[in-house]
Amino acid sequence: MRMIHAISLMGILAAAPGWSDTVIRAAIVRVDVPGLPPISRLDLPTADLGFAGARLGTEDNQTTGRFTGQAFETAEYAAAPEAATQALDQALAGGAQFIVILADDATTLALVDQAGDRALILNAGARGDRLRGADCRANVVHVAPSHAMMADALAQFLVWKRWDEWFLIAGSHPQDRALADAFRTAATKFGASIVEERVFDDTGGARRTDTGHVQVQKQMPVFTQDAADHDVVIAADEAGVFSEYLPFQTWDARPVAGSAGLVPRTWHPALEAWGATQFQNRFEALAGRPMREEDYQAWLAVRIIGEAATRAQSSDFPVLRDHILSPQFEIAGFKGQKLTLRDWDHQLRQPILLATDALTVSVSPQHAYLHQTSQLDTLGRDRPETDCVMPE
Amino acid sequence: MRLSALSLTALLGATPVLANKVFVSNEKGNDITVLDSETLEVIATFPAGNRPRGITISPDGKELYVCASDDDTVRVYSTETYEQTHTLPSGPDPELFVLHPSGNPLYIANEDDNIVTVVDVVTHKMLAEIPVGVEPEGMGISPDGAVVVNTSETTNMAHFIDSATYEIVANVLVDQRPRYAQFTSDGKLLFVTSEIGGTVSVIDAATQAIVHKITFAIPGVLPEAIQPVGLKITSDGTKIFVALGPSNRVAMIDGSSFEVLDYLLVGQRVWQLAFTPDESLLFTTNGNSNDVSVIDVAAGKVVKSVQVGQQPWGVVVAPD
Repeated sequence: MRMIHAISLMGILAAAPGWSDTVIRAAIVRVDVPGLPPISRLDLPTADLGFAGARLGTEDNQTTGRFTGQAFETAEYAAAPEAATQALDQALAGGAQFIVILADDATTLALVDQAGDRALILNAGARGDRLRGADCRANVVHVAPSHAMMADALAQFLVWKRWDEWFLIAGSHPQDRALADAFRTAATKFGASIVEERVFDDTGGARRTDTGHVQVQKQMPVFTQDAADHDVVIAADEAGVFSEYLPFQTWDARPVAGSAGLVPRTWHPALEAWGATQFQNRFEALAGRPMREEDYQAWLAVRIIGEAATRAQSSDFPVLRDHILSPQFEIAGFKGQKLTLRDWDHQLRQPILLATDALTVSVSPQHAYLHQTSQLDTLGRDRPETDCVMPE
Repeated sequence: MRLSALSLTALLGATPVLANKVFVSNEKGNDITVLDSETLEVIATFPAGNRPRGITISPDGKELYVCASDDDTVRVYSTETYEQTHTLPSGPDPELFVLHPSGNPLYIANEDDNIVTVVDVVTHKMLAEIPVGVEPEGMGISPDGAVVVNTSETTNMAHFIDSATYEIVANVLVDQRPRYAQFTSDGKLLFVTSEIGGTVSVIDAATQAIVHKITFAIPGVLPEAIQPVGLKITSDGTKIFVALGPSNRVAMIDGSSFEVLDYLLVGQRVWQLAFTPDESLLFTTNGNSNDVSVIDVAAGKVVKSVQVGQQPWGVVVAPD
């Protein structure tokens, strides 16, 4: 296999004169916050979470690079929060100028500022709206969608269904409150109303004990009892503490959406539309497991680097960075349309899947929501709404 | 309906009556639907392995080749008995292929493995594996058989392959997700459709330079829904037809000005196209409405739709 590659590389270099044969170095930094395991063992993190997606992206870039005389490397760093600074220093010292970050909002912002103009950060994890608003930075591209985009994607579908009376249950963690804010904004934006709000306090609990479901079956109906008449329960549970306990355990016979039930997602391992089947096949052959959102976002981040290198016909960091941030930039991501960048906050425009555990139920933006520029701008903060003042 | 009756009569009167079999691969139904090109009725359905997509036929009309993508093989059927006669080693996940104008060999795009496999259809032996870009899909061949073109959907290139040496001689960067490659019958131009880019690149076959890009705009249809996939050109080069996927339209384009003459409304998610040998009719596979639309080429009108199997993907018409 190696030999075939070497031979074909020689042939192709001859056929592609003028393109420099250099290595384009990237790194992926994943910051793992220690904590309790997830509610469902299906969601247990894997050691290669996100890295596997970046590996596939790098392979894809390498295959294309054979024809352009470009080589791609992505170094991998998994770090605890206190070692994140050091991991980024190592990545930069290794020559990486494109850094894919999988971390929470605060850590992502700290790393973005640490990198400064030495690198372009590709945020593949953090969804906070402040990162795209008051805390926006010029040296970052948000590959991961924002909470606002996710909430708007769900709101469009629910309002189209005329399920417009929502019972919002938010967790007690700061990231849960941020997600709940996004659902409130989405309700106002698309004409739904939140008829009842409750906070689910994280007091620890049975979680995955052998009698856990007995407790859940008693507690959740009581917790959701006597709510105002509603069409749907919306769970804002970014911390992953309680929302998976809600479906079929609510007092009223109502569907659950948001953090459980019908969930807005960037990727689903059952997606087959838009050529996704072969992409799933390629990932599963590489990683030996289904693709998760973190993998998809890391793949897309790495592909953005490769696409810029191919289109700009350069391996020069400032040229590639400027191309990615230019209006000409577009990329395919198995979502049925080209993905482009919002110039006001550097957010990647993208359709959002609405999925159950087994299948994609719908994809937003919904057809009924039109926009003068791009229908994708009906999701998240549009140009007139942004809080971002992009630093020069 | 009256129009369709009239135009059909006209066709029947104009040329000697020669019914041709039309073979449609049904990706989800795992079978092939056979239509009669004269009556436009379904005359047979037969199983064709798992996930049949690309479909083509030998120049003598006797052998039908089907990419059974999930079986990692090309299945070969008798066009008379509809029985499988043998399989060909295709490499993994074959999606589309093109037959050499002489009828041998077959050039197959292996979507999952970034290679094009060359197979001798007589000896059933694999002749070569050619590494190409990520997600190879579209396959075209020049009329003289000298140049094979493969498009790679994630690399976004048309790879020009010398059919004698199996070496790539040129790579042309086109717009996002190139799906299909088709030469004009004089071999001078190559057309490559880009599904996500929404364009058709017109490439000078000799210099490999992009000389024109065809774009599309349909009133009342979102630009994102206009996704060029299958493409066919009349042998005199005067008309080009492009299947535009989920916009449910086939664009009819002038072969010299490259201007779109009309958008023909067909079934949902139109994918691939095939002419009858006299080029009087064009068949389109409509994956989401599970039917085939029949276009009267001279009139530029859709004259009939015929229900076929589940998620029709590819189509080929038997030669006279």
